[in-house]
Amino acid sequence: MSVRRLAKEQPASFKFSKATMEKVNFWLKKYPEDRKRSAVIPILWLVQKQEGWVSEPAIRAIADLLGMAYIRVLEVATFYTMFQLEPVGKVLIQVCGTTPCMLRGSEDLMKVCKEKIGHKDHMSADGLFTWQEVECLGACSNAPMAQINDYYYEDLTPETMAQIIDDFRAGKKPRPGSYAAQRRTTSEPEGGPMTLLDPKLYDGSAAKPIKKLPNLPEPA
Amino acid sequence: MPIAKVNGVEVEFEPGMTVLQVAERAGHEIPRFCYHERLSIAGNCRMCLVEVKPGPPKPQASCALPAAENQEIFTDTPMVKKAREGVMEFLLINHPLDCPICDQGGECDLQDQAVGYGRDGSRYAENKRAVDEKYMGPTIKTVMTRCIQCTRCVRFVSEIAGVEDIGMISRGESAEITTYLEQAVGSELSGNVNDLCPVGALTHRPWAFNYRPWELKKTETIDVHDALGSNIRADARGPEVMRVLPRVHEGINEEWLSDKSRYAVDGLMRQRLDRPYVRRDGKLQPATWAEALGAVAERFNAAKPNKIGAIAGDLQDAESMKALMDLMDAIGSPNLDCRQDGAWIGGGERGGYLFNSTLAGIEQADVVLLVGTNPRLEAPLLNTRLRKQWLAGKMRIGLIGEQASLTYGYDYLGAGPASLGKLSKDFAAALKGAQKPAVIVGMGALARDDGAAVLKAVADFAAANGVVRDGWNGFNVLHTAAGRVAGLDMGFLPRAGGLPAVDMVKKGKLDVLFLLGADEIDASATAAFKVYLGSHGDRGAHGADVILPGAAYTEKPGLYVNTEGRVQMAERSIFPKGEAREDWAIIRALSERVGQTLPFDSLAALRAKLMADHPGFGQVDYVAPGQPLNLKALGAKGSLGAAAFASPVKDFYMTNPIARASATMAECSAAASGARAMAAE
Repeated sequence: MSVRRLAKEQPASFKFSKATMEKVNFWLKKYPEDRKRSAVIPILWLVQKQEGWVSEPAIRAIADLLGMAYIRVLEVATFYTMFQLEPVGKVLIQVCGTTPCMLRGSEDLMKVCKEKIGHKDHMSADGLFTWQEVECLGACSNAPMAQINDYYYEDLTPETMAQIIDDFRAGKKPRPGSYAAQRRTTSEPEGGPMTLLDPKLYDGSAAKPIKKLPNLPEPA
Repeated sequence: MPIAKVNGVEVEFEPGMTVLQVAERAGHEIPRFCYHERLSIAGNCRMCLVEVKPGPPKPQASCALPAAENQEIFTDTPMVKKAREGVMEFLLINHPLDCPICDQGGECDLQDQAVGYGRDGSRYAENKRAVDEKYMGPTIKTVMTRCIQCTRCVRFVSEIAGVEDIGMISRGESAEITTYLEQAVGSELSGNVNDLCPVGALTHRPWAFNYRPWELKKTETIDVHDALGSNIRADARGPEVMRVLPRVHEGINEEWLSDKSRYAVDGLMRQRLDRPYVRRDGKLQPATWAEALGAVAERFNAAKPNKIGAIAGDLQDAESMKALMDLMDAIGSPNLDCRQDGAWIGGGERGGYLFNSTLAGIEQADVVLLVGTNPRLEAPLLNTRLRKQWLAGKMRIGLIGEQASLTYGYDYLGAGPASLGKLSKDFAAALKGAQKPAVIVGMGALARDDGAAVLKAVADFAAANGVVRDGWNGFNVLHTAAGRVAGLDMGFLPRAGGLPAVDMVKKGKLDVLFLLGADEIDASATAAFKVYLGSHGDRGAHGADVILPGAAYTEKPGLYVNTEGRVQMAERSIFPKGEAREDWAIIRALSERVGQTLPFDSLAALRAKLMADHPGFGQVDYVAPGQPLNLKALGAKGSLGAAAFASPVKDFYMTNPIARASATMAECSAAASGARAMAAE
């Protein structure tokens, strides 16, 4: 992780959209008036949803909204790497580079990203893509994986990664989830379930009739 | 009280104390960087590790660990030694080895503790990190690569100074201390972060690369830039005061100092009057002492006594005022005044013009009403005490006067004298129900034409609200001039039939006007022969006919009485510039030529006479809070004006000749008014 700085070029102003403001009010209601600064992280997140990134005018707007000093919001925004301090492409690809993903080939995924999009952390010229290397996203059983905008794309290979990028470029919306050769749901074993296969387990035939419920009070 | 054992020796402690405090009480020094007794506990430097039983078998950060009954604390075991060496080694990983060019060198906590508790060598061979330079304002020089992220500066500005300007951005190895977008720190106390910084990351910008601490001659003395009388140490090299640092005085400045008191010292080397001047052919021309004193004596002797007047300035020591007062009395002139701002105060009971609750005592008050004062600008270190109590939720504050950012929340109750009668119901009820109510009335309320009537109104209001009661006196006058209370104490006031300062400078009232360091009064209207005795070529000297060069506050021993009535003794740090002399000696020399030789030849004799005539001056560093006071006798009947109260301090950094001569203060003033000075660096 390198030093995080605010972007050099900043918009002149920031305004909460109506939809964002509704959600902001939802969060503000959760805290008492004199503790409303507790809502800073959700609101930073909402602002990022609205704009794609957190700009300097947005930081001031949030601070004014919550009655905080500007520096306090800046501290939070620079602390958490999920907050983008520079504009990012419409498609934000966050490739996990932590140990399990790295062992399963995340470096190859990044190579593909570099070839197809360009340098890490730099928006592509058309403004469509930005790719980043991030720390563990908690989907280690489906390594290697990447988060693209709000969804996880799992069990990736250089080929599927390239395909996904091409699809986004073509304006399609590739489906999220596992891209294993034999498709699987969430973190099931590849090729389907390996245990608890006996259908009897599920139709009730393997069950023994219960003669006595445990822990019942003794009859009087 | 519970008992703990420190290195096998039993120590009693108060519940709530931390392990670090208990160990200190037992006489064992615990090294630390982030911990500071006047700031909140951060616990992030880990230098204070000790071994504690019962507890986990690992070293514990003693600053953040509450001490417990029967606890065994060890500060000298092999585990502790190893832990300290480890922490020190980690701290030094990213700390540059630039001590030879670092201004903190010689008084650096990191240096000292590395010697005391660190390893003898380094095992680190990788690259060190470097941090971008930051701008934090005209008082703070930053070398952020040296920062060890103790966050003392962050905690000081947000907790004590009350401006949340400094913060730590990013995290881990990239963590950096900065202000928002590198703005200047907007506090009158910003210089204290340089004192707090345990390394050379934040140092005093105005004094950068000017001295080494061991070259300086240290003199413990008293500050004159506001009426608090902060305790300072003036560090001089040769003929120049290189820097001023605070001394600890729990009753006054704790251990802080305002930026003006600290950084205006460069004004002592500029605009100085270093030889007498006499106006000839409309121009001030250099003269000898004999010529200058002769010219003054000639006018004194020629004028009728009631046509001679003397005004004492804000920075004057008690001795020079006493000498001038005795001279005027000997001549028989009734025109004396030490209130150049025209404040209607003085005479009568002493409590009528003092900060009676005392500065430390104001912290006991539960409801405080500020009348015509902006303590943040007039007495920043009083303001920190109000903020401290407000922050703890123990004090409610109301304000009548100029609305301003005071670093704490207050009930705004109105702008002018009329508002005293119509407080909000809520606040009036709070004041009535208060255990220890207090009123702080500033010069903004008293230094005006209806000042006497305002004083009466405030005193009546205070009486009606029980501000003075058994064992508690919450009637407080906040002065802005360091020399004022001493002048009032000795009675440097118009005699019967005499003119107050504001009348002395009116046209045609006087033939000779003696300005003793009086720069804040506009004497351009009067055609009188003006004699200016002072240290700086400022407003007073510009219109003078004779200039007698005097000594500034670091150049003479003297007594000062602060706003709470505490007499304090200042010492001489350096000698007056050029041909300048100590003020009292000049007056003594003049008295001889006027034919009224004053009966003292030394400062000791003068002091003896001062203390004999006014015994209060003998009680050095003594105040008695809770003295009874007859509020009914204060002020005078009159009609209250409609004008709003305005604080006498318009620009915090430009309130006296020394500050106005200081380049640092000019820069601070520009930064505060929004124009960031474009440095040539």
